[in-house]
Amino acid sequence: MAPVGLQHFLILSAILFFIGAFGVLFRRNLLVILMSIELMLNAVNLSFLAFARYSVGNVDGHVAAFFVMALAAAEAGIGLAILVMLFRNRATVQADDLTLMRD
Amino acid sequence: MQAILFYLLATLAVAGGLLMVGLRNPLSCAFSLILSLVSLAALFAMLHAEFVFILQVLVYAGAIMVLVIFTIMLLNLRKEELEEAPVGWMRGIFTAVACATAAFGAIRIFGDIPPGSAELAADFGSMEAVGRSMLTDFIYPFEVISLILLVAIVGVVLLAKKVI
Repeated sequence: MAPVGLQHFLILSAILFFIGAFGVLFRRNLLVILMSIELMLNAVNLSFLAFARYSVGNVDGHVAAFFVMALAAAEAGIGLAILVMLFRNRATVQADDLTLMRD
Repeated sequence: MQAILFYLLATLAVAGGLLMVGLRNPLSCAFSLILSLVSLAALFAMLHAEFVFILQVLVYAGAIMVLVIFTIMLLNLRKEELEEAPVGWMRGIFTAVACATAAFGAIRIFGDIPPGSAELAADFGSMEAVGRSMLTDFIYPFEVISLILLVAIVGVVLLAKKVI
Protein backbone atom coordinates (compact mmCIF):
# COMPACT_ATOMS: atom_id res chain seq x y z
CA MET A 1 0.00 0.00 0.00
CA ALA A 2 1.37 3.39 -0.98
CA PRO A 3 2.26 5.68 1.91
CA VAL A 4 -0.36 8.27 2.75
CA GLY A 5 0.36 11.70 1.31
CA LEU A 6 -1.20 15.08 0.76
CA GLN A 7 -3.48 13.91 -2.05
CA HIS A 8 -5.18 11.25 0.10
CA PHE A 9 -6.20 13.80 2.70
CA LEU A 10 -7.34 16.26 0.03
CA ILE A 11 -9.48 13.62 -1.68
CA LEU A 12 -11.07 12.63 1.64
CA SER A 13 -11.67 16.31 2.36
CA ALA A 14 -13.38 16.78 -1.03
CA ILE A 15 -15.59 13.71 -0.50
CA LEU A 16 -16.68 14.89 2.96
CA PHE A 17 -17.27 18.43 1.69
CA PHE A 18 -19.58 17.26 -1.08
CA ILE A 19 -21.43 14.88 1.24
CA GLY A 20 -22.09 17.95 3.39
CA ALA A 21 -23.10 20.02 0.35
CA PHE A 22 -25.49 17.26 -0.71
CA GLY A 23 -27.01 17.32 2.78
CA VAL A 24 -27.51 21.08 2.64
CA LEU A 25 -29.17 20.92 -0.79
CA PHE A 26 -31.18 17.73 -0.34
CA ARG A 27 -32.47 17.66 3.24
CA ARG A 28 -35.33 19.85 4.42
CA ASN A 29 -34.93 19.55 8.16
CA LEU A 30 -33.15 22.71 9.36
CA LEU A 31 -31.32 20.80 12.10
CA VAL A 32 -29.80 18.42 9.58
CA ILE A 33 -28.92 21.30 7.25
CA LEU A 34 -27.00 22.95 10.11
CA MET A 35 -25.19 19.68 10.86
CA SER A 36 -24.26 19.30 7.18
CA ILE A 37 -22.70 22.77 7.28
CA GLU A 38 -20.64 21.62 10.27
CA LEU A 39 -19.42 18.65 8.24
CA MET A 40 -18.43 20.94 5.35
CA LEU A 41 -16.46 23.21 7.70
CA ASN A 42 -14.67 20.18 9.12
CA ALA A 43 -13.73 18.94 5.67
CA VAL A 44 -12.14 22.33 4.99
CA ASN A 45 -10.26 22.10 8.30
CA LEU A 46 -8.87 18.73 7.22
CA SER A 47 -7.39 20.23 4.06
CA PHE A 48 -5.92 23.16 6.04
CA LEU A 49 -4.15 20.70 8.33
CA ALA A 50 -3.03 18.45 5.45
CA PHE A 51 -1.44 21.40 3.66
CA ALA A 52 0.22 22.51 6.90
CA ARG A 53 1.67 19.03 7.45
CA TYR A 54 2.75 18.09 3.94
CA SER A 55 3.20 21.27 1.95
CA VAL A 56 3.91 24.34 4.08
CA GLY A 57 5.57 22.90 7.15
CA ASN A 58 4.51 25.57 9.64
CA VAL A 59 1.50 25.99 11.93
CA ASP A 60 -0.33 28.75 10.02
CA GLY A 61 -2.87 26.19 8.84
CA HIS A 62 -3.52 25.15 12.44
CA VAL A 63 -4.32 28.74 13.37
CA ALA A 64 -6.69 28.96 10.40
CA ALA A 65 -8.39 25.74 11.54
CA PHE A 66 -8.74 27.23 15.02
CA PHE A 67 -10.45 30.32 13.58
CA VAL A 68 -12.77 28.15 11.50
CA MET A 69 -13.73 26.27 14.68
CA ALA A 70 -14.47 29.49 16.54
CA LEU A 71 -16.62 30.69 13.64
CA ALA A 72 -18.40 27.33 13.51
CA ALA A 73 -19.20 27.60 17.21
CA ALA A 74 -20.66 31.08 16.69
CA GLU A 75 -22.58 29.87 13.65
CA ALA A 76 -24.00 26.84 15.48
CA GLY A 77 -25.08 28.99 18.43
CA ILE A 78 -26.81 31.63 16.29
CA GLY A 79 -28.31 29.08 13.92
CA LEU A 80 -29.79 27.00 16.70
CA ALA A 81 -31.12 30.09 18.49
CA ILE A 82 -32.86 31.19 15.28
CA LEU A 83 -34.22 27.67 14.89
CA VAL A 84 -35.63 27.64 18.43
CA MET A 85 -37.26 31.01 17.82
CA LEU A 86 -38.71 29.86 14.50
CA PHE A 87 -40.08 26.72 16.10
CA ARG A 88 -41.68 28.80 18.83
CA ASN A 89 -43.38 31.12 16.33
CA ARG A 90 -44.15 28.81 13.40
CA ALA A 91 -44.04 25.33 15.02
CA THR A 92 -41.97 23.81 12.23
CA VAL A 93 -38.35 22.89 11.53
CA GLN A 94 -38.82 22.10 7.83
CA ALA A 95 -37.15 24.54 5.47
CA ASP A 96 -39.94 24.16 2.89
CA ASP A 97 -42.57 25.41 5.31
CA LEU A 98 -40.79 28.72 5.79
CA THR A 99 -42.00 30.59 2.72
CA LEU A 100 -42.73 33.99 4.26
CA MET A 101 -40.19 35.74 2.03
CA ARG A 102 -41.14 33.78 -1.10
CA ASP A 103 -44.92 34.09 -1.25
CA MET B 1 0.40 0.73 9.27
CA GLN B 2 -0.25 4.42 8.73
CA ALA B 3 -2.06 3.69 5.47
CA ILE B 4 -4.32 1.08 7.11
CA LEU B 5 -5.16 3.52 9.91
CA PHE B 6 -5.87 6.26 7.38
CA TYR B 7 -8.23 4.14 5.29
CA LEU B 8 -10.03 2.87 8.39
CA LEU B 9 -10.58 6.39 9.75
CA ALA B 10 -11.49 7.75 6.31
CA THR B 11 -14.12 5.01 5.92
CA LEU B 12 -15.56 5.82 9.32
CA ALA B 13 -15.67 9.55 8.57
CA VAL B 14 -17.37 9.05 5.20
CA ALA B 15 -19.78 6.49 6.67
CA GLY B 16 -20.72 8.94 9.42
CA GLY B 17 -21.32 11.66 6.85
CA LEU B 18 -23.45 9.42 4.62
CA LEU B 19 -25.50 8.20 7.59
CA MET B 20 -26.08 11.79 8.68
CA VAL B 21 -27.41 12.71 5.24
CA GLY B 22 -29.44 9.53 4.94
CA LEU B 23 -31.09 8.96 8.32
CA ARG B 24 -34.47 10.50 9.01
CA ASN B 25 -34.35 11.12 12.75
CA PRO B 26 -32.31 14.26 13.62
CA LEU B 27 -30.97 12.60 16.77
CA SER B 28 -29.55 9.69 14.73
CA CYS B 29 -28.10 12.25 12.35
CA ALA B 30 -26.39 14.02 15.26
CA PHE B 31 -24.83 10.78 16.51
CA SER B 32 -23.62 9.90 13.00
CA LEU B 33 -22.06 13.34 12.77
CA ILE B 34 -20.28 12.72 16.10
CA LEU B 35 -18.84 9.50 14.62
CA SER B 36 -17.60 11.48 11.64
CA LEU B 37 -16.14 14.26 13.81
CA VAL B 38 -14.31 11.85 16.11
CA SER B 39 -12.76 10.02 13.13
CA LEU B 40 -11.72 13.40 11.76
CA ALA B 41 -10.14 14.21 15.12
CA ALA B 42 -8.06 11.04 14.88
CA LEU B 43 -7.05 12.03 11.34
CA PHE B 44 -5.97 15.43 12.70
CA ALA B 45 -3.78 13.59 15.20
CA MET B 46 -2.26 11.63 12.30
CA LEU B 47 -1.32 14.99 10.77
CA HIS B 48 0.64 15.95 13.91
CA ALA B 49 -1.95 18.58 14.83
CA GLU B 50 -2.14 17.93 18.55
CA PHE B 51 -3.70 21.24 19.50
CA VAL B 52 -6.39 21.11 16.81
CA PHE B 53 -7.04 17.46 17.73
CA ILE B 54 -7.76 18.44 21.34
CA LEU B 55 -9.96 21.32 20.17
CA GLN B 56 -11.82 19.07 17.75
CA VAL B 57 -12.73 16.62 20.51
CA LEU B 58 -13.50 19.30 23.12
CA VAL B 59 -15.20 21.98 21.04
CA TYR B 60 -16.69 20.12 18.08
CA ALA B 61 -17.52 16.62 19.20
CA GLY B 62 -18.07 17.95 22.71
CA ALA B 63 -19.54 21.42 23.01
CA ILE B 64 -21.13 22.03 19.61
CA MET B 65 -22.71 18.61 19.30
CA VAL B 66 -24.02 18.81 22.88
CA LEU B 67 -25.62 22.11 21.89
CA VAL B 68 -27.20 20.50 18.82
CA ILE B 69 -28.46 17.48 20.75
CA PHE B 70 -29.84 19.67 23.54
CA THR B 71 -31.68 21.75 20.96
CA ILE B 72 -33.17 18.62 19.38
CA MET B 73 -34.35 17.46 22.79
CA LEU B 74 -35.55 20.94 23.75
CA LEU B 75 -37.71 21.18 20.65
CA ASN B 76 -39.22 17.81 21.61
CA LEU B 77 -40.53 17.18 18.12
CA ARG B 78 -43.47 14.87 17.63
CA LYS B 79 -43.32 12.16 15.02
CA GLU B 80 -45.34 14.01 12.40
CA GLU B 81 -43.24 17.14 12.83
CA LEU B 82 -40.06 15.12 12.30
CA GLU B 83 -41.20 13.62 9.04
CA GLU B 84 -39.90 15.37 5.99
CA ALA B 85 -42.12 15.62 2.99
CA PRO B 86 -40.90 13.07 0.44
CA VAL B 87 -38.35 14.73 -1.78
CA GLY B 88 -39.15 14.73 -5.47
CA TRP B 89 -37.15 12.23 -7.52
CA MET B 90 -35.93 14.86 -9.93
CA ARG B 91 -34.59 17.06 -7.17
CA GLY B 92 -32.83 14.16 -5.48
CA ILE B 93 -31.23 12.89 -8.67
CA PHE B 94 -30.13 16.34 -9.80
CA THR B 95 -28.56 17.14 -6.43
CA ALA B 96 -26.82 13.78 -6.21
CA VAL B 97 -25.45 14.00 -9.76
CA ALA B 98 -24.25 17.58 -9.25
CA CYS B 99 -22.45 16.75 -5.99
CA ALA B 100 -20.99 13.50 -7.36
CA THR B 101 -19.69 15.28 -10.46
CA ALA B 102 -18.09 18.03 -8.39
CA ALA B 103 -16.54 15.47 -6.03
CA PHE B 104 -15.28 13.40 -8.98
CA GLY B 105 -13.68 16.47 -10.54
CA ALA B 106 -12.04 17.40 -7.24
CA ILE B 107 -10.71 13.84 -6.86
CA ARG B 108 -9.26 13.89 -10.38
CA ILE B 109 -7.51 17.22 -9.69
CA PHE B 110 -6.24 16.28 -6.23
CA GLY B 111 -5.06 12.86 -7.39
CA ASP B 112 -2.29 14.48 -9.45
CA ILE B 113 -0.89 16.47 -6.54
CA PRO B 114 2.53 15.20 -5.42
CA PRO B 115 2.60 13.71 -1.90
CA GLY B 116 4.61 16.65 -0.60
CA SER B 117 7.23 16.54 2.09
CA ALA B 118 7.79 19.46 4.38
CA GLU B 119 10.38 19.41 7.10
CA LEU B 120 8.64 19.74 10.42
CA ALA B 121 9.99 21.48 13.48
CA ALA B 122 10.17 19.41 16.64
CA ASP B 123 7.25 21.25 18.23
CA PHE B 124 5.10 21.23 15.07
CA GLY B 125 1.42 21.40 15.97
CA SER B 126 1.96 21.62 19.72
CA MET B 127 -0.13 23.98 21.78
CA GLU B 128 2.92 26.14 22.35
CA ALA B 129 3.78 26.55 18.68
CA VAL B 130 0.20 27.25 17.60
CA GLY B 131 -0.31 29.67 20.48
CA ARG B 132 2.85 31.58 19.63
CA SER B 133 1.83 31.89 15.99
CA MET B 134 -1.70 32.89 16.97
CA LEU B 135 -0.64 35.63 19.36
CA THR B 136 2.09 37.12 17.16
CA ASP B 137 1.42 36.70 13.43
CA PHE B 138 -2.35 36.38 13.72
CA ILE B 139 -3.09 38.73 16.58
CA TYR B 140 -5.59 40.90 14.62
CA PRO B 141 -7.69 37.98 13.33
CA PHE B 142 -7.57 36.61 16.87
CA GLU B 143 -9.04 39.82 18.27
CA VAL B 144 -11.70 39.92 15.54
CA ILE B 145 -12.67 36.32 16.36
CA SER B 146 -13.13 37.26 20.01
CA LEU B 147 -15.39 40.13 18.92
CA ILE B 148 -17.41 37.76 16.71
CA LEU B 149 -17.84 35.35 19.62
CA LEU B 150 -19.01 38.20 21.85
CA VAL B 151 -21.54 39.29 19.23
CA ALA B 152 -22.68 35.68 18.87
CA ILE B 153 -23.19 35.31 22.63
CA VAL B 154 -25.25 38.49 22.86
CA GLY B 155 -27.19 37.57 19.72
CA VAL B 156 -28.03 34.08 20.96
CA VAL B 157 -29.32 35.44 24.27
CA LEU B 158 -31.41 38.07 22.45
CA LEU B 159 -32.83 35.54 19.98
CA ALA B 160 -33.60 32.72 22.39
CA LYS B 161 -35.07 34.80 25.19
CA LYS B 162 -38.84 34.87 25.26
CA VAL B 163 -39.25 38.29 26.86
CA ILE B 164 -36.44 40.79 26.80
